[in-house]
Amino acid sequence: MNEPRDRLVVALRPRRRLRTRAQAAIAALFVLLGLGVAVQVHSNAQFDGLSTAREADLVGILDDLTARNERLAGEQRDLQATRDLLASGTGQSTAALAEARRRADTLGILVGTVPAVGGGIVVTVSDDKGKVDAAMILDAVEELRDAGAEVLQMASAPSDGGPAVRVVASTSFLDGAPGSVVVDGRVLRAPYTILAIGDARTMSAALRIPGGVVESLRGLGGDATIVESSTVSVTALRPAPTPQYAQPALIH
Amino acid sequence: MIAVLGLVVGIALGLFLHPVVPLWMQPYLPIAVVAALDAVFGAVRATLEGIFDDKVFVISFVSNVLVAALIVFLGDQLGVGSQLSTGVVVVLAMRIFSNAASIRRQLFGG
Repeated sequence: MNEPRDRLVVALRPRRRLRTRAQAAIAALFVLLGLGVAVQVHSNAQFDGLSTAREADLVGILDDLTARNERLAGEQRDLQATRDLLASGTGQSTAALAEARRRADTLGILVGTVPAVGGGIVVTVSDDKGKVDAAMILDAVEELRDAGAEVLQMASAPSDGGPAVRVVASTSFLDGAPGSVVVDGRVLRAPYTILAIGDARTMSAALRIPGGVVESLRGLGGDATIVESSTVSVTALRPAPTPQYAQPALIH
Repeated sequence: MIAVLGLVVGIALGLFLHPVVPLWMQPYLPIAVVAALDAVFGAVRATLEGIFDDKVFVISFVSNVLVAALIVFLGDQLGVGSQLSTGVVVVLAMRIFSNAASIRRQLFGG
């Protein structure tokens, strides 16, 4: 054992008698040193080292970030365009849906699957002698259609409370017993009530035309009274027909 | 002995408490640590030579740290902070190397 090693051993050996002030100061300094080392190592490991990076490295990092930023901005533009496209697509489909609903309503009125209300006339046809036949009623209906009636309904007289029939394109009129007609398989007895929604003046004029429906009815011993009304409510419905053979063809 | 204990306690504190270095202190801490290391190596060398003195060590430690920090501060003010830091680190490292060589010679007679 040479001398310096002995001194080191002595220095490292715990001492019984501390020279307190100096020892305490040394201890404090070493605590500070250890703290500084640990904190510095920790913070170096923690941060990405930008503060200690060289200028060239910083420039490279900045370039990388700029390129990445541009790429992300491009991506953002693409996504925004896609979003706009989708939004406008939603608008288009909303418009298409509204259009389809409108068309469905129109078709429902035509086919008779939805109730309708509007200005029109109420025609009451009396048949005192039982001579008004299906052809006569059909003439009246045709006359009303020609005059622009959009919705038609036929029933027995109001007081009767009998069945009401929505008159559409495919409605059939058959002769029944005298004083009655069979409309779409339902027996309606005179007097009949025909509700027509359309231009009231045109329709009433069409019925009253000389040699027209009203005159013919009078000739057969019946009569027709026409009341114009601002709200004619057609409530009789028909089930929606389901085409058995026809299929919708796509039109391009 | 108490020096080793203090070092262990300090490192443990730093590792477990994760104290955040204040921003103003961040440029100075590494330099201060290197300067303190220089003082420690000098102290070890003095111990081996039998001329270690508590008072001298404390003063050299504190003054080393303060001077190193002052140099870096001055360099920052003059706009040559990073270069001056490098210079300080180089000088301190050289001193640490020479102290270490002296220690080696003392211990192993090389």
